[in-house]
Amino acid sequence: MERAPKPGKDVPPKKDKRQAKRKKPRRYWEEDTAPTTDRACPGPPRNKKRNQELRPQKPKNTHILKKPRISKKPQVPKKLRKRTNPEPERNLSGAQDPFPGPAPVPVEVVQKFCRIDKSKKIPHSKSKTRNRLEVAEAEEEETSVKAARSELLLAEEPGFLEGENGEDTAKILQADIVEAVDIASAAKHFDLNLRQFGPYRLNYSRTGRHLAFGGSRGHVAALDWVTKRLMCEINVMEAVRDIRFLHSEALLAVAQNRWLHIYDNQGIELHCIRRCDRVTRLEFLPFHFLLATASETGFLTYLDVSVGKIVAALNARAGRLGVMTQNPYNAVIHLGHSNGTVSLWSPAMKEPLAKILCHRGGVRAVTVDSTGTYMATSGLDHQLKIFDLRGTFQPLSARTLPQGAGHLAFSQRGLLVAGMGDVVNIWAGQGQAGPPSLEQLYLTHRLSGPVHGLQFCPFEDVLGVGHSGGVTSMLVPGAAEPNFDGLDSNPYRSRKQRQEWEVKALLEKVPAELICLDPRALAEVDVISLEQEKKERIERLGYDPEAKTPFQPKPKQKGRSSTASLVKRKRKVMDEEHREKVRQSFEQQKQHKQKKTKPFGAWPSALDRFVR
Amino acid sequence: MKVKMLSRNPDNYVRETKLDLQRVPRNYDPTLHPFEVPREYVRALNATKLERVFAKPFLASLDGHRDGVNCLAKHPKSLATVLSGACDGEVRIWNLTKQKCIRAIQAHEGFVRGMCTRFCGTSFFTVGDDKTVKQWKMDAPAYGEEEEPLHTILGKTVYTGIDHHWKEAVFATCGQQVDIWDEQRTSPICSMTWGFDSISSVKFNPIETFLLGSCASDRNIVLYDMRQSTPLKKVILDMRTNTICWNPMEAFIFTAANEDYNLYTFDMRALDTPVVVHKDHVSAVLDVDYSPTGKEFVSASFDKSIRIFPVDKSRSREVYHTKRMQHVICVKWTSDSKYIMCGSDEMNIRLWKANASEKLGVLTSREKAAKDYNQKLKEKFRHHPHIKRIARHRHLPKSIYSQIQEQRIMKEARRRKYVLRHLTLSQYSFLTSLISPKTNKKLPFREVVYVLLLYIRDVFEDFSRGLFSPFFSVMGEAMII
Repeated sequence: MERAPKPGKDVPPKKDKRQAKRKKPRRYWEEDTAPTTDRACPGPPRNKKRNQELRPQKPKNTHILKKPRISKKPQVPKKLRKRTNPEPERNLSGAQDPFPGPAPVPVEVVQKFCRIDKSKKIPHSKSKTRNRLEVAEAEEEETSVKAARSELLLAEEPGFLEGENGEDTAKILQADIVEAVDIASAAKHFDLNLRQFGPYRLNYSRTGRHLAFGGSRGHVAALDWVTKRLMCEINVMEAVRDIRFLHSEALLAVAQNRWLHIYDNQGIELHCIRRCDRVTRLEFLPFHFLLATASETGFLTYLDVSVGKIVAALNARAGRLGVMTQNPYNAVIHLGHSNGTVSLWSPAMKEPLAKILCHRGGVRAVTVDSTGTYMATSGLDHQLKIFDLRGTFQPLSARTLPQGAGHLAFSQRGLLVAGMGDVVNIWAGQGQAGPPSLEQLYLTHRLSGPVHGLQFCPFEDVLGVGHSGGVTSMLVPGAAEPNFDGLDSNPYRSRKQRQEWEVKALLEKVPAELICLDPRALAEVDVISLEQEKKERIERLGYDPEAKTPFQPKPKQKGRSSTASLVKRKRKVMDEEHREKVRQSFEQQKQHKQKKTKPFGAWPSALDRFVR
Repeated sequence: MKVKMLSRNPDNYVRETKLDLQRVPRNYDPTLHPFEVPREYVRALNATKLERVFAKPFLASLDGHRDGVNCLAKHPKSLATVLSGACDGEVRIWNLTKQKCIRAIQAHEGFVRGMCTRFCGTSFFTVGDDKTVKQWKMDAPAYGEEEEPLHTILGKTVYTGIDHHWKEAVFATCGQQVDIWDEQRTSPICSMTWGFDSISSVKFNPIETFLLGSCASDRNIVLYDMRQSTPLKKVILDMRTNTICWNPMEAFIFTAANEDYNLYTFDMRALDTPVVVHKDHVSAVLDVDYSPTGKEFVSASFDKSIRIFPVDKSRSREVYHTKRMQHVICVKWTSDSKYIMCGSDEMNIRLWKANASEKLGVLTSREKAAKDYNQKLKEKFRHHPHIKRIARHRHLPKSIYSQIQEQRIMKEARRRKYVLRHLTLSQYSFLTSLISPKTNKKLPFREVVYVLLLYIRDVFEDFSRGLFSPFFSVMGEAMII
C-alpha cells in the first residue's frame, strides 16, 4: 500500500534500485492496484471482509480512525511519515518488518464499540471546551479500537445449520440434528414427559445453567439442566401461572393462583408476597433488582427484591394483563392489551411511556430482542409483526400465520421463535444486526401438546419449550451468543464467584427512577432544562445577559476620533451585519423553494391525495 | 446438512486445581453489558460516597513547643525533616516519620519571626525579635559541644521575615526595608524600600531566582529585582497582605494572603487586576503555600481552619479543622505534595493528608486500578446534582458556619445599599411605573423598594459575573421604549 512503491506511479529513486529488484514481501491483506497480482494470489475466503480492514496509520480508507474532526494544531507526525515513506523501515540487520504498524482491525467491529454519534457536529463552543471534547473523542476512538482488537481473544464461534444444495433447513428434524452433532450437544436435547401436571411455564437463569419450570397443577422444579442435577421439586398445591429466577439461581419467584411466592433453590418457601395477588406474568429486571408482576386486576407492580419493597404499582387501566415482556436494553416493560395496543412502562411514570397500536384484535404475545431494537408481536388477527423500537415504532415486516402465535421469544443472536398450537417455528435473520426475515423458516418442531412457554437458553444453542405434555429442550444451532463475559454471567462460575458477583451486582444496583426509553440519556447534556432556565432568566431580568452587545467603536488616537467618524464606523459594521442577515434569509428562501419544487417534478395526479 | 452446535469444553472454563486462579473469559460486547451509563453513574455515586467516608485527613500532631508556632520551614533535601520556630524563641527540628522532635534550640529572645533553610540543606537561618539574624547548622552539635549558631548578625531594627536565594549564597530579610545579604558579610549588600512601613514577609521567586516579592503593612505588595537596587513594581490592595507565595511551576504567578479574608492570585506582568480572587475564609488569611505541582495551594487562616484551593478556582476544594486547633499561623505543603503541615496558636504542629481520602502506603496493582477507575468515574459524572452535592459537602465548625451565613447577609445588604444609592429619580419613577403600569399612580415607597429589591437581586446575580453595566443601560433603553 503506502509503503510499497507502486510500479506505475512513482519512479523509485536511485538508491532504491537494489530494493526494487528484490521482490517485495506482500501480505494477503495488502490490496494492490494492479489486477494481475490479485488474480495471482487468491486470498482466503474472508478476503472481502479483510479488504475492509483498516490500518490505523492510513487515514484514507478509515472513517473511524481519522484524526479528530477538527485539528488546528500543526501535525508534526505527518512530516515524519513523509520522510519514512520512500524507504520502508529496516532494522539493523536490514530485515524489513513484514507487519509494519499496529495490527489491523475490522471496521464493523470498531463500529460496534463506538459510543459517540459521529454524525453529530461538535457544538460551537469556547476553545477550552472544544479542546476537551476533541480529547474525549480521540480517547473514545482509541478505546473502541482497543476493544475491537480484543475480539481476537474470543474463544468460541457461533453455531450454524446449513442445508446442502438447496435443502430447506426447516425440513430438518430434531432427530437428524441430534444424530449429526457431538454427544455433549446431543445430550442437550431432552424431553420431560410430565403429562399429568398440565401445561408448563419455564425459565432459564441468567447464566443459562439452570432451568426452572412450573406446571399449572402446582408442580415446580428447578434443575441444573446441563448436568441434569435436580435442585428441588415440590408441589405447591395451587395453580402456577408463571415462574422466574431472580438475580441468581438461588431464588425463585412463582406466581401462584392467589399470591406471589418466593422459594429458594431447595424448595423452601421464603416469602409470600400478598401485595402481589392474582399475578399472571413475571419479569425480572436483573440490573435494577426489580420483579415486575402483571396481575389479573390490571396492575403492574414493581417489587424491589433486594430490599423487599414495592417500588411502584401502576394501574394500566386496560383490564386483565396477560401479556408482558421486558426490553433488555432499557428495562422498559411492554404490556400487550386486548384492544391491540402495546404499552411501554417505567416505574418512574404513572402513565405509559408510549402506546403502540399493533393489531386489530387483542395482543397475544410480545417480545423484544436483546439489543432493544426490534419488537415482535402477535395478535388475535393471526398476524406476526416486527416493529422497530428505535424511532417512531414503525412495523418493519408482518406475516399472517394460519393459527396465530401464542408465544414469542427472541434469542441472543436475533432468532425469533413462535409457538402456535403444538408447533414451534423459528425464523432467522440474514445478518447479525438485522431483524429476522419472516419469509424463510429456519427450523420447526412439533411437540406432544400445545405450547405454553418458550425461552431460548442464554449462551447455549437450546430452546426450552413448556407445553402441556411436559418440557422439551430442543437444539437450535446459532441461537446463542458463543462468548460469555466471565464477570457478568458465567455458566461455569463457582459458588465463591457467584457470591462475589452478587455483592458487586447489589452495589451497583441501578435505581428504579433511572428507567427510561433511552438509557444513555443520563450521560448527555440536559439541554432542555438549560434552555428553560435561560428563558426564565431572560424573562426575570427583562433582557438577555448573554446577548451580543451592539458594536461600540473604540476611540482612536488623537485627532482621528471625531464624532462623525465614530458614527461612520458604527454604521459600517451595522450595515455589514444587516447585509449578512439579508443574504442568509435569501439563501433560506432559495432552499425552501427548491425543496418545494423537487417532489412535484411531474403533473400532480388526482390520486395523490390517497398517498400516505 | 451442515450443522455446528455451540459446544464448550468445560476444561477451558474451569480451573484445573484449587490452587489455580479462576478463569474469567471476557467479552466486551456492549449488548452483553446493557445499562452502561446508569451502572457507571451508580458506581460514580458509590465512589463519591466512599471518598467522603474515607476522608480522614488528620495524621498526627507534633507537640513540644511551649508557645504558639510562628513559622515553619521545609528541608530542601530530606522529606522527613521539618523545622519550626515558636513565639518563645525556640526552634525545633522534627522527624516526621518518627513524629518526634530531634532537636530543640533556644534561638532567640522573643519571637522567632522567620526562618528558612539554605538550598543545600546543611544550615538554616532564623530571625527574631532580638534584632538578630542567626545561621545554624542542620546537624546537631557533637557530644560536649555547645549549641551555638554558625554566624550571628546584629541588626539595627527588628527583622520580620527571611528567605534564602534558591541557588546562590544570598538571602533576604525584611523589616523596615528589604535587605539583601551575602552570607559571608555582616552588612547587607543592598537595602530597598518603597514607602515607609514595616514589611511582613519576603519571598524569592523559585524560577526567576533574582526576583523577590514582599508585602508591607501599608497594604502594598512590592516586587524587587535583586540585580537592581530599586524596587520593580507594586500593587496596593484594600487591606494588608500577610504573606505571598510564588507558584513553583509558573514563574510569574504569585498568591497573596490578605487580611480581608481573601487570597489574590496575581500575574506579575499585569498587576492591576488579580487573576483569581479566592474566597472562602471567614477571617484574615495568615499564610499560604503552594504545592510543588503548582496546581493547588493551601492557606491558613485566623478562623482556625486551613483550606486548599485549586489555583484557577475561586472556591476551596477542601477545608481542614479540628476542635483543638486554634488560629493557624503558618502552613507548608511538603515537597512530595502529599502532606500539609500547619502550625497553630496552641503550640502544635499538625500533619494532614493533602488528599483527604487518599490511602497511604503501597497500593497493589488492583487497588491502583480501582482507584484510577473510580477517579475517572467521579470526574465523568461530577456535574450531576446528586453527586455534586455529596462531593461538596463538608462539615464545618459552628463558628465558621454561622459566620459564613452572617457574611452572606452582610454582602447582600451592601449590594442593596449600593443600588439604592445609585438609583436616580427617573429610574425610581420608571420602576414605579413598572409596578403599576396603567394607573401610573404613586405607590408607597416600601412596596416599590420591595419589588425593586427582587429585581435587583436578579440583576446582581450578574454583577458577580462582571455583567453589571447592562443594568443601567437597560434601564435607559427601557425608558426610551
